[in-house]
Amino acid sequence: MVDNPDDPRFASRRAFLRSGLVASGAAALGGSLPARAETVGNPANLPPNVPDWSRFLGEGVGVRAYGKPSQHEANVIRRDVEWLTASRESSVSFTPLHELDGPITPNGLCFERHHGGIAEVNPTDYRLMLHGLVEKPLIFTLDDIKRMPRVNRAYFCECAANSGMEWRGAQLNGCQFTHGMIHSVMYTGVPLKILLEQAGVKPNAKWLLLEGGDAAAMTRSLPLQKALEDTLVAYRMNGEMLRPENGYPVRMVVPGWEANMWVKWIRRIEVGDQPWHHREETSKYTDLLEGGKARRFTYVMDAKSVITNPSPQAPLNHKRGFTVLAGLAWSGRGKVQRVDVSLDGGRNWQAARLDGPVWDKALTRFYYEFDWDGRELLLQSRAMDETGYVQPTKAELRQVRGVNSIYHNNGIQTWHVRSSGEVENVEVS
Amino acid sequence: MSRFLSFLVTSGLAAVTATAVAFAQTKPIPQAPRDLGIGRVATPEEIAGWDIDVRPDGVGLPVGKGTVKAGEALYVERCAACHGEFGESAGRWPILSGGEGTLSGHDPVKSIGSYWPYASTVIDYVRRAMPYGNAQSLTNDELYAVTAYVLSLSDIIKDENFELNEKNFTSLKLPNEPNFFDDDRETSEKAFWKKEPCMTNCVSESAKVVGRARALDVTPEEGKGPKVE
Ligand code: HEC
Repeated sequence: MVDNPDDPRFASRRAFLRSGLVASGAAALGGSLPARAETVGNPANLPPNVPDWSRFLGEGVGVRAYGKPSQHEANVIRRDVEWLTASRESSVSFTPLHELDGPITPNGLCFERHHGGIAEVNPTDYRLMLHGLVEKPLIFTLDDIKRMPRVNRAYFCECAANSGMEWRGAQLNGCQFTHGMIHSVMYTGVPLKILLEQAGVKPNAKWLLLEGGDAAAMTRSLPLQKALEDTLVAYRMNGEMLRPENGYPVRMVVPGWEANMWVKWIRRIEVGDQPWHHREETSKYTDLLEGGKARRFTYVMDAKSVITNPSPQAPLNHKRGFTVLAGLAWSGRGKVQRVDVSLDGGRNWQAARLDGPVWDKALTRFYYEFDWDGRELLLQSRAMDETGYVQPTKAELRQVRGVNSIYHNNGIQTWHVRSSGEVENVEVS
Repeated sequence: MSRFLSFLVTSGLAAVTATAVAFAQTKPIPQAPRDLGIGRVATPEEIAGWDIDVRPDGVGLPVGKGTVKAGEALYVERCAACHGEFGESAGRWPILSGGEGTLSGHDPVKSIGSYWPYASTVIDYVRRAMPYGNAQSLTNDELYAVTAYVLSLSDIIKDENFELNEKNFTSLKLPNEPNFFDDDRETSEKAFWKKEPCMTNCVSESAKVVGRARALDVTPEEGKGPKVE
């Protein structure tokens, strides 16, 4: 069985699956359907033949005690860009957005960003310390946290540097790389407000310091107001315990705000009266503007969207006919209200269809269905949120921010679709 | 186009868009009694072991001291392999110095000397995260010494006999501090709240491709990726 993508047999099989288009069949079907290519692996599996899987027993229960995706989906993985960072332990891997649908990201595909590698925390020895400007400094075990009142909320988590490589122009050819530093999962956790109430916050408190238990001891300053509003101390994602790479056993969830604030492996929360100005809010995660000044504490992720299919890693192989554009939209300021789609590089727009739940500060799925005549397309999507914020073009964004800010690039993405169905990341005038 | 298709494309979808249901997920937070009786009091010793943060006003500075000179030896031994002898970086590791006067240019270089607003960030960060791979291993005296040396690489401290300690630390100022300002997007980018975005003939001439990702060819190849077992 070949389920290792590094195995040459796998590569050739994939290539065969992709190129093995046969233009037969369709003609025999008669006039109602246009000639259409069909992908064929092994003809012995196709009607009128009966494939092996219809005849012989498969593996029984328990063989796959923790289930994994089909071996044929082995290419659906997080990927990284090797030249981006000096070390794998302080680096990023990207969510394969073009291989997913719906509004929820599977746990094993959520992008990773670590500053000191994955902390392997033993849950028995996990402790959360809460101290500073409080009546009573406290320590919680994992069991303590799990005993508290809890809520379930789906939120997107987007790295502020998502699309950061694209400020100066189209660079990476695939939405996994241009937009893949985002995921959206259903968290189970305790509102931070409840934890703070246990300790009793003093009246002069204004800020919190969030600190991770990893080898980078990641810290960020969080305004107390946000802590009381909707911040969670979460321990589950999509029902199961957090994955180690996503902060097991406990992480912060700071809805709508840049992912760097969602401190993983949270070990300590200190209550104070001013921000700490730590490395991740000075050297990093500040937005350098034209003229040399820098904006800081730019927490909110502005409304943004991207067409995930087609995109450079997911070409339009059917060449022409009924076509579904699928994409994701989100806003750190609230719910997505509307998404428009353009086929001509932003000259004309049509409303897309939002489908599935439209949650506050979560990924929202949109579709646009049309009949493609095989013409070249310049695809764009434009999100609008419930505050009336409209996702700007890249040109509009550069005009107010320059090209040096690295972070918070929420400009409209363009995909060039050729008649062949090939797709490329481009910029248009 | 089949009847089904034209229905989808022309009418049905618009109606669905207009009535897309927004699900609220902000039900009120459960009303917990103020004191759940969960958790225990943290002792001063426990807090002291983990409370390592330092603020610009000096709150959190550990007691200790070290000179630039002492720091140089330490830096060469424990930091230079990655950050370069003068903070210029070895290979692709982060730089720690240089770049003064580049922030408004085409290729800004953000270092402690050129960009960082506060010296306290250096001692806080080195204390919590450096040397990379052996974090929280420096003694307080080593921490002051190596911080003094790192700051001397950006001429924040000029005398190699200068001894940095918790009492004189807040006298150090970094030149770029005045160039930071708080998030003002809701006013400076007010134009992005458009309410009614343009839908037809938004630009007069037709779109031209002016840049392509393929021209750069830096995208990792399909099929290449970390091993999955
Ligand atoms: C093995 C390589 C390595 C060694 C040795 C090392 N560092 Fe680092 N240093 C790094 C990496 C990697 C980062 C960035 C980590 C991240 O991405 O979060 C970093 C970041 C820094 C930064 C912040 C840079 C910035 O621009 O934000 C400072 C300051 C620093 N190191 C100081 C030191 C000092 C002082 C020592 C010696 C005590 C040291 N480092 C030893 C690899 C190293």
